[in-house]
Amino acid sequence: MATLELRNVNKTYGSGLPDTLKDIQLSIRDGEFLILVGPSGCGKSTLMNCIAGLEQISGGAILIDQQDVSGMSPKDRDIAMVFQSYALYPTMSVRENIEFGLKIRKLPQAAIDEEVARVARLLQIEHLLARKPAQLSGGQQQRVAMGRALARRPKIYLFDEPLSNLDAKLRVEMRTEMKLMHQRLKTTTVYVTHDQIEAMTLGDKVAVMKDGIIQQFGTPQQIYNDPANQFVASFIGSPPMNFIPVRLTQQDGRLLALLDSGQARCALPLGVAADDLDGREIILGIRPEQITLGAAEGNSLPGIRAEVQVTEPTGPDLLVFVTLNQTKVCCRLAPDVECRIGDSLNLQLDPARVLLFDADSGQRLRLASTGATAKDNVAHFKGR
Amino acid sequence: MTTTTAQLRASPLDALQRWLPKLVLAPSMIIVLVGFYGYILWTFVLSFTTSTFLPTYKWAGLAQYARLLDNDRWWVASKNLLVFGGLFIAISLVIGVLLAVLLDQRIRREGFIRTLYLYPMALSMIVTGTAWKWLLNPGMGLDKLLRDWGWEGFRLDWLIDPDRVVYCLVIAAVWQASGFIMAMFLAGLRGVDPSIIRAAQIDGASLPRIYWRVVLPSLRPVFFSSLMILSHIAIKSFDLVAAMTAGGPGYSSDLPAMFMYSFTFSRGQMGMGSASAMLMLGAILAILVPYLYSELRSKRHA
Amino acid sequence: MHSPAQKPPLSPSRIAIHVVLLIAVLLYLVPLVVMLLTSFKTPEDISTGNLLSWPSVITGIGWIKAWGTVSGYFWNSIMITVPAVLISTAIGALNGYVLSMWRFRGSQLFFGLLLFGCFLPFQTVLLPASFTLGKLGLASTTSGLVLVHVVYGLAFTTLFFRNFYVSIPEALVKAARLDGAGFFTIFRRIILPMSTPIIMVCLIWQFTQIWNDFLFGVVFSSGESQPITVALNNLVNTSTGAKEYNVDMAAAMIAGLPTLLVYVVAGKYFVRGLTAGAVKG
Repeated sequence: MATLELRNVNKTYGSGLPDTLKDIQLSIRDGEFLILVGPSGCGKSTLMNCIAGLEQISGGAILIDQQDVSGMSPKDRDIAMVFQSYALYPTMSVRENIEFGLKIRKLPQAAIDEEVARVARLLQIEHLLARKPAQLSGGQQQRVAMGRALARRPKIYLFDEPLSNLDAKLRVEMRTEMKLMHQRLKTTTVYVTHDQIEAMTLGDKVAVMKDGIIQQFGTPQQIYNDPANQFVASFIGSPPMNFIPVRLTQQDGRLLALLDSGQARCALPLGVAADDLDGREIILGIRPEQITLGAAEGNSLPGIRAEVQVTEPTGPDLLVFVTLNQTKVCCRLAPDVECRIGDSLNLQLDPARVLLFDADSGQRLRLASTGATAKDNVAHFKGR
Repeated sequence: MTTTTAQLRASPLDALQRWLPKLVLAPSMIIVLVGFYGYILWTFVLSFTTSTFLPTYKWAGLAQYARLLDNDRWWVASKNLLVFGGLFIAISLVIGVLLAVLLDQRIRREGFIRTLYLYPMALSMIVTGTAWKWLLNPGMGLDKLLRDWGWEGFRLDWLIDPDRVVYCLVIAAVWQASGFIMAMFLAGLRGVDPSIIRAAQIDGASLPRIYWRVVLPSLRPVFFSSLMILSHIAIKSFDLVAAMTAGGPGYSSDLPAMFMYSFTFSRGQMGMGSASAMLMLGAILAILVPYLYSELRSKRHA
Repeated sequence: MHSPAQKPPLSPSRIAIHVVLLIAVLLYLVPLVVMLLTSFKTPEDISTGNLLSWPSVITGIGWIKAWGTVSGYFWNSIMITVPAVLISTAIGALNGYVLSMWRFRGSQLFFGLLLFGCFLPFQTVLLPASFTLGKLGLASTTSGLVLVHVVYGLAFTTLFFRNFYVSIPEALVKAARLDGAGFFTIFRRIILPMSTPIIMVCLIWQFTQIWNDFLFGVVFSSGESQPITVALNNLVNTSTGAKEYNVDMAAAMIAGLPTLLVYVVAGKYFVRGLTAGAVKG
């Protein structure tokens, strides 16, 4: 097991072409589970290939256990990888697949047999050892691929979207199994995925990537609750965060965001007024589960009446879509709420949970002090 | 940029591994550069010299090309190529497509029949030429057979008729290659999306019409590949001529490939022979380059 | 295009289809049948009968005489074809492996040049090649022909293997590299075992091309080193004395039987080679 550190890692495919990886900086401790997540083309697979040594970096350094491995070939870095397509050697049996790397490293046959037995027991594939990959199901192939990696006892495990090829049900099962295995074996792992649920559930640390840059690096909770920019906020969380364009004003020394549902208007208190923000148009972000039903008027949280446009009962929730500031806004309510299209609902927004983003750059705007607490007086007035 | 340090740390064994692919490919690269392009260049150079029996590197400008264009046999050969090529390609395509369409109709023993249509491709053109030379033998071949069967006075002496001997070449070549065209189109037909056919059937079209208006137009790529390959075979045709007619009677069935061989190796006219080879290359390029260009362009738009 | 499940009903149009197909079968078979028949006749039978007349006496004298004339050249063809097929296939496999899995700057360009080389009319290289063979002391030898066939077969064999290997997922090579395998180990233990179909295609295609070749044979060999195609042509086109068509046809059969047999036994690989070679880059 080992630490992994990436220092100013850069990669281009040629002069004149844009950088595929720009100034990647992160570090994880021994035994941590790092997730690289992002949309297609963000560079996560390239970064993984660079860590593995399958591709050369153009600048910076990769350190495993504080040793610079940037120039080493893949086989010297003591890394094992599980691929999205499993990449099992089709003409060899499962046993031979697992043995392959060990045989190349010239381990004595007795030691090899012991490793194969250990791994087969761990992954429950003992009965499959004589079969060829073509005779295995998707889930079984995935286990064999993991077995091949485990048998090597490497310093670092790399997983390249290993669950993407499985059907939804199997994916959920395997996800839990992976978590269990990681807890048991305490292996340093780097895991690439485009699925943000995997990112949230499996990782100790998450790096959200876009266009070759790490947008944010932190724990899953940090990423979820305190996103650095609009992209990270929109990428993590399902249904995704609502982004409402609002205009800021000042009143009584307080900064307010103006909301208009077509039926009613509301001024959401955000905190202490700042002159440079007065009159500015920004993006307000609020997650669907942070919009709740107001019991009645005069309640502590600021609220607004809005007309229900679409309802989507999902089973565990009821998703209700309204319009605020001419933007479609999703609200996640309890499934037993009664409402139909056309009904008016009293919706409450908690200013303490609201996030602000710059309309042009998408960067997070942080105010001098925290937003109004629930106890504050609210100014809202009904229009028309 | 720490790339230099990265390279320094690589072990010598790693460096070998990085060079291995290039080393492995190197001999073939040399062979291709020398044996293909180098030699073409050499022949190109020779075509501007006064070489006859042996290569001499005396500059002759375009004299050899001029002599070529002045040479009646070369014109006959070129004209023959157009006639032979045109007929060969057209007839092979028609027969090949027809047989492919018929075989596509869920015929029993389709595989067996397909094998029978294709076997001529496994034969050497010399064997084909020899067989058809016998079959078209004036007096003892097909004409005698048909006369014995009751067609009185049937004569088939195309083989010795200077105006018609080219058609004999066409017949033999079509016999050899049409099975191949059939195989290519059959494979193409098998790749056609069946829902397009069903949509046309629902629209009320009859099967022949469906083939003609819907299916075959969608096989344009196969059509063009076939065209390319047939043209290639036609331009390179040497074996067939050598076996069937040796260019005769006289030189009425000559083709450029035969001309080149004859002038270069038998008649000691290396300069002219090289010039004729260059013109043959030009003919192939004239067909190849537009085809590749259109392929590349369509891929870029796709 | 159609699902093979149901058998369509018998109708006039289907009968017509079958008739046309049958006629085509006959047309394709007739030359072969005629060659066989003629080869087993006596010269008298040939002059009195016609192409399809049954021999009054089935005799093998045509074959015996033909074999006597061409057997040496038959062995020449074997000496030329077998090594050339094996060598060009081996080199093509390695080249295809590099071009599909170990690409580097310039390898795509090389592949393009190679592809272009498939279209060369060989007339453009005959002269320089024969000079070179002369300088190497290989003029008019079977080894010289082997060299020529290897050089000019490279383009096709590389194309076959490269197109086949391109469909093997890259992740397989990556996994092997991480396991510690090097260039040749990956080829030997992973790629080669998967290559059986394309090796068959390549062997059969090359065998057919090289055995059937005439141009290289007639230009680069003479006398004792000639392959059977050249010998056949000489036999059939020399006009000394009365033509013995039974001998001619028997000789043609001898020349054509090897590739015909290969076709009958392994025809599907031959077809794959044709269509694979036809689908350009």
